[in-house]
Amino acid sequence: MPIKSYLAHAIQGKKEELMNALIDLNQCEVVPAENQDVLALVTDTPNEKEEEILKEKIEALNSLKLLSLVSGFNTPQN
Amino acid sequence: MYKSVTNRRSFIKKMAILSAMTAAASMFPGILFASEQEEGIPKDANLDWKKGPCRFCGVGCGILVGTENGKAVAVKGDPNSSVNKGLLCVKGYHQIMCIQSKDRLMHALVKKNGRYVKTPLNEALDIVANKMKDTIANHGKDSVAMYTSGQSTIPEGYVASKLMKGAIGTNNLDCNARLCMASAVTGFLTSFGADEPMGCYEDIDHADYFITWGNNMAEMHPVLFSRMLEQKSRRRAKIIDFATRTTRSSTASDRSILFEPQTDLAVANAICYEIIKNGWVNKSFVEKHCSFNKGLTNIGYGLEDKFKFTDKPEKIDFKAYKEFLKDYSPEKVSKYSKVSVKDIKYLAAIYGDPNKKVVSYWCMGMNQHTRGTWMNNLVYNIHLLTGKISQPGNGPFSLTGQPSACGTAREVGTFTHKLPHGVVMNKKDREMAARIWKVPVERIPSKPTYHATEMFRAVDRGDIKFIWTQATNPLVSLPKTGRYRPAMEKKSCFVVVSDVFPTPTSDVADVILPAAWHIEKSGLYGNSERRTQHWDKMVEAPGEATADAWMFIEVAKRMGYGDLFPYSKENHVEEIYNEYRKFHEGVKHGMAPLEVLKKESGAIWPYVNGKSTQWRYNATYDPACSNGEDFHFYGKPNGKAVIWQRPFEEAPEKPDQEYPFWLNTGRVIEHWHTGSMTRRIPVLHQAMPNAYVEFHPDDAKTLGIRNGENIKVTSRRGSCILPASINERGLPTKGQVFVPFFDENMLINDVTLDAFCPISKEPDYKKCAVKVQKV
Repeated sequence: MPIKSYLAHAIQGKKEELMNALIDLNQCEVVPAENQDVLALVTDTPNEKEEEILKEKIEALNSLKLLSLVSGFNTPQN
Repeated sequence: MYKSVTNRRSFIKKMAILSAMTAAASMFPGILFASEQEEGIPKDANLDWKKGPCRFCGVGCGILVGTENGKAVAVKGDPNSSVNKGLLCVKGYHQIMCIQSKDRLMHALVKKNGRYVKTPLNEALDIVANKMKDTIANHGKDSVAMYTSGQSTIPEGYVASKLMKGAIGTNNLDCNARLCMASAVTGFLTSFGADEPMGCYEDIDHADYFITWGNNMAEMHPVLFSRMLEQKSRRRAKIIDFATRTTRSSTASDRSILFEPQTDLAVANAICYEIIKNGWVNKSFVEKHCSFNKGLTNIGYGLEDKFKFTDKPEKIDFKAYKEFLKDYSPEKVSKYSKVSVKDIKYLAAIYGDPNKKVVSYWCMGMNQHTRGTWMNNLVYNIHLLTGKISQPGNGPFSLTGQPSACGTAREVGTFTHKLPHGVVMNKKDREMAARIWKVPVERIPSKPTYHATEMFRAVDRGDIKFIWTQATNPLVSLPKTGRYRPAMEKKSCFVVVSDVFPTPTSDVADVILPAAWHIEKSGLYGNSERRTQHWDKMVEAPGEATADAWMFIEVAKRMGYGDLFPYSKENHVEEIYNEYRKFHEGVKHGMAPLEVLKKESGAIWPYVNGKSTQWRYNATYDPACSNGEDFHFYGKPNGKAVIWQRPFEEAPEKPDQEYPFWLNTGRVIEHWHTGSMTRRIPVLHQAMPNAYVEFHPDDAKTLGIRNGENIKVTSRRGSCILPASINERGLPTKGQVFVPFFDENMLINDVTLDAFCPISKEPDYKKCAVKVQKV
């Protein structure tokens, strides 16, 4: 049951667009920075395979410049 | 900001998001995630929000702490605070997480036969009071000492001063603020005759240029830096970083100018040389409001025990000052400062442009300096020569490192030479203290005794036989801890430590007293912009943890001074503050009434006729100005500020063949000073788990050092092994290494030198000579 956190760097001026696109992906929680084109992103998926699929979807977003992994946890769901 | 753990998965998600925010904070100077504070709080949460100041740095951000069922569960920035306008840095968000640490000190511990024994607090306080009394009886009142903190609250500092100076009658009281801003105090006093900055944070909204002198604000004062970045983006204000190391602040600035350690003295003089040479002096301002002095030179470094120094100011005139500056032409200074002539002229032109508003910021880089007082004087010189002072967007501004270094250490006066108003050397100040404290004036000694470094030297010599430290960790933070740790372990001195968590200092204590953390007690702090902030107790402290102020009062009562401390346990903070306010009555330093501070997010002193004074010495804003002119530097008897002739002098220890590198020490954004709180906040600890030694890549290449390899850093005093860091957080200049001091497992202060500014007695942690070896 992976929970991973990333920094999602938006293309300049596209932070809002990236945030909305990530929110639409369901398995994402997003916290935008106030004063930088960066979002703190947490993904919550049932297994590694789904995590991989989600990551591919995120990396395909046009408004994303760079996705960098910060931390990863694996935990049973409760 | 985070919810109590009712669901492991949601907790892990919260930790994951905090990790991402912390990582972002270390990558992007001034990054803020304000909206998360509200969004992270469950909509159905029934939280009670209480206001207060942040526990950490001297910026003094307003926080709101959400409590539920008696527990602090959330923190957000106070939108009503003009300091941070609802924003917080990464330490601020996470601060309450430390109080639930498993190793929290909840009960008194008394060392018996080499082991700590859990002891009822009343019994421990009996031991402390009896030991203090016996020591005084056997060895005299100057054999006992107290070492407090810029993190102590105003009431805590006040009762400490009253107990030591008014009740016992010794000036053996000093504090850790001596280590961080004593040079700012002596700088203000020598130049203006009154302590603390004349401006306020609103300067940020008006300045065209921010010049930071050896000051990594992006990591040390991130909320203020984010305000500067906002002005950079909105108004094209410019940030110029003048430092010895490339940092997050440098990369976010418009220009980074690097200088050779210690040569800031020469560059500041060169800026003044250029200002005069180019006719940029504000002549009418200087003629009306400034006088010129010179002091003694070759003043020493305080390396020997019982070092004494008293400056001898001598009046000079503008002509003599101009003559003195001939040694500081940009061409001459450039040769040893490694700052180009062009860059010196560039800095001078910014200050010299009458149409540009300039604020200078500094903190430890200028203060922790063997000529720290001089450096402060020299930056004031620049602002005085150009008349850019005491106006919105124009002024010199020394930032403090601790939340109440100003409010407690400087204003209450927990220094050996200070009283709540004035100094012990002044008869009128002693008489005022005696009158308010209701003690015989003869009881307050007129001579200062030990400043911080000398206090611990006196412990080592056996002159001090009892010492009580509160809210401070000197065995990590003092310079040359290799001398002072064994000193504190000696049987000749009984050591009492009050703290919230165990530290290397409590490890050598004979009695450990469990202290309440700031939101577990009521209190007041005073920040860098003269803002006094009050908070009410928000949650109960665990076990027998108690406010330091109340522990002092209990000990005072046990020592027979109960009549001087007639405060009630429930209202002692209010009673003490109201007594303390009497010291500052009047237009020059009036403090806001408690009712105002309870309602508002702080008030700036002088608080006169229901109003904060934002810019002192300027008649438009400051009701204390009484000379009929636009400006009045009323701290000096003649109403004039002093432009000081201060030369460049070498550091006491420089790199040589045997020890070829400069060692610079400092802080990182994730950790607060010695890390006793922030290393107990998991997300901050994970983000920065240990200290490191930074190299310039060219030096690392020459030495064959790679990232992460263990390196032994050795000086003439001691050594420390740390992993190498190349091209990571910061970039020291060639020939310099940098080590943060937060890590008690890698004690870099075993290596540093206990040289200090002879005027302020503040140690220099930024310059000594070391060698490095792979291990």
